[in-house]
Amino acid sequence: MAGWTRHQGLAVGLPREGIDTDQLIPARFMSAPRSAGYGGFLLHDLRMDAAGRPDTDFPLNKPEAAGASILIARRNFGGGSSREAAVYALADAGFRVVAAPSFGDIFGANCVGNGLLPARVTEAEAERLLAAAPCRLTVDLETGTIAGCGDDIAFALDPVWRLKLINGWDDIDLTAAHAEAIDAFAAARRRDAPWAWPRAAG
Amino acid sequence: MTGQALFDKVWDAHRVLDREDGATLLWVDRHFVHEGSHHAFGKLDARGLPLRHPELTFGVADHYVPTRGREPASEAIARMVATLEANAARHRFRLFGLDDPRQGIVHVTGPEQGLTLPGLLVVCGDSHTSTHGALAAFAFGIGATEVAHVLATQTTWQKKPKRMRLRIEGATGPGVGAKDIALNWIARLGADGARGHAIEYAGAAVRALSVEGRLTLCNLSIEGGARCGMVAPDAVTLDWLKGRPYAPDGADWDSAAEAWTGLATDADAEFDREEVLDAAEIAPIVTWGTSPEDALPITGTIPDPARADGAAAERIRAALDYMGLSAGRPLIGTPVDQVFIGSCTNARIEDLRAAAAVLQGRQAKVPGLVSPGSRLVKLQAEAEGLDRIFTAAGLEWAGAGCSMCVGMNGDIVAPGKRCASTTNRNFRGRQGPGARTHLMSPAMVAAAAVTGTLTDVRPLLSGRAA
Ligand code: SF4
Repeated sequence: MAGWTRHQGLAVGLPREGIDTDQLIPARFMSAPRSAGYGGFLLHDLRMDAAGRPDTDFPLNKPEAAGASILIARRNFGGGSSREAAVYALADAGFRVVAAPSFGDIFGANCVGNGLLPARVTEAEAERLLAAAPCRLTVDLETGTIAGCGDDIAFALDPVWRLKLINGWDDIDLTAAHAEAIDAFAAARRRDAPWAWPRAAG
Repeated sequence: MTGQALFDKVWDAHRVLDREDGATLLWVDRHFVHEGSHHAFGKLDARGLPLRHPELTFGVADHYVPTRGREPASEAIARMVATLEANAARHRFRLFGLDDPRQGIVHVTGPEQGLTLPGLLVVCGDSHTSTHGALAAFAFGIGATEVAHVLATQTTWQKKPKRMRLRIEGATGPGVGAKDIALNWIARLGADGARGHAIEYAGAAVRALSVEGRLTLCNLSIEGGARCGMVAPDAVTLDWLKGRPYAPDGADWDSAAEAWTGLATDADAEFDREEVLDAAEIAPIVTWGTSPEDALPITGTIPDPARADGAAAERIRAALDYMGLSAGRPLIGTPVDQVFIGSCTNARIEDLRAAAAVLQGRQAKVPGLVSPGSRLVKLQAEAEGLDRIFTAAGLEWAGAGCSMCVGMNGDIVAPGKRCASTTNRNFRGRQGPGARTHLMSPAMVAAAAVTGTLTDVRPLLSGRAA
């Protein structure tokens, strides 16, 4: 995965609280292989009416939202199920940044693993961005700011996640460098806490 | 030096190394996988990596398992189960699959088999992995990228969460249990109220809970946004675990029991945050909206958006619109179309007993499905005659799996239908597109079945042992 430090793009607002991962992608789509592309599943049941036609009032369906890569929402975005498919749906639909006052922890980690930035902003700033969207914004990971909508907005981001996004780190590669330490740890644990290994039962 | 909390002790015991940026590499004792883990196995295969520790990896077929009849509802679903079987065979880890008598929902089967133990670090690509903390494990859900990392390395990079102690003091009244305690705190603190925190549940009302109750309580930790939930091990924990198939025995059991006893939070340990609830004030709870935080005592009235402002008012309005409810009306008496008893929250044997205690000798006014949490729970329920109580009441007795919790294999709530459900998520569309879910305890679902409406279970319990 490639790292990035700066992203310029069109921001679209989704003025709702509690967009959980079941809404980001309903479970019934999750058996599809990733190669099929998950963008079409994004927010499926909110975007489409019961007959499967796009709801033209839904913010993401409006013509001015076409090509958006920054999503603005209200508190508790991405709570619920750990399904990483929620992030695949966002990423495959072209999103690089979600800005909201709070995120589900697992969702946040999933975002970062896929190069997507979960930018935490205050409630007031989220409202300001929602009022301004659709608009073009510049998001900078180095300075931790969102520019393009009045005064720059500083977003909060775990420093570990920030580095990972900038460097495009792959954890499996990083961890490989510690293989010896891990094996030594496992041997010590086996010796000190043999009960931590499952008893060989039927 | 101040003492350590349960969480600190378990965290420290798994620390392989700390990175400069504040991330810690942690050893994983148990890794549970299920059908949904196919993305992660795909990542492993793409790199040509082997599964690092097959003996610590356990698979369970649950999310896509048919619970009525043996045939999956579609080819795509059949493929999900078959892919898990193929991965288990190729990577040589134990699978409790479709043909295994121990098959069940991962968060029921893991503890039931003694795979989840105090002091272990347990992960699974499922948010309700928090359940396993009831046995004093540090257990949390992860996404597919992290699942692939655990498969490849048996470790995970984590940043230490803050510690929060949630003390529930006093004693709950009759008809009030773990589900009510959980929904109560989530309603109070919010669905993101415990974000970034590891919760330790403590206090007299928690100590008084059975392991089943503690599993329910910890299961719902994630619905309040917590990273995990834990209960310190005590005699109740040890009694429950002893003799389980994968739990230690002989001298290993003795040394384990000693180690586990030492895990309890030290008297002078400090927490980043402390919350206290009075158990005596907790009434049976139901949800009215589309988030678990939208929960109220059954005796309450449906919230009025006119009494809130800004985004909160909008959210209440949207939730009531989706749920088809009128502001200001009492919750009691709201008609339901169907009921569901099941899921990793409330499908263990005690949950089924609690529902049966209300249903015995009564008729359900609406249809409903009862899906035990595992095949072993199913067997035990049948040995106790609970299945006959459910079927005599008019409910359907199904097989074990995630079933209507996630709307799989046709176990769905039809659009616009209202379901009283023992599950954990009342999200829009969770139990099927347009489904209206009210979360509550098994006893409360049984009461809703008997009356065909949202009902206070307490009067229905008089003269019965629940
Ligand atoms: S029962 Fe429901 S919540 Fe539990 S693991 Fe299955 S789908 Fe998830």
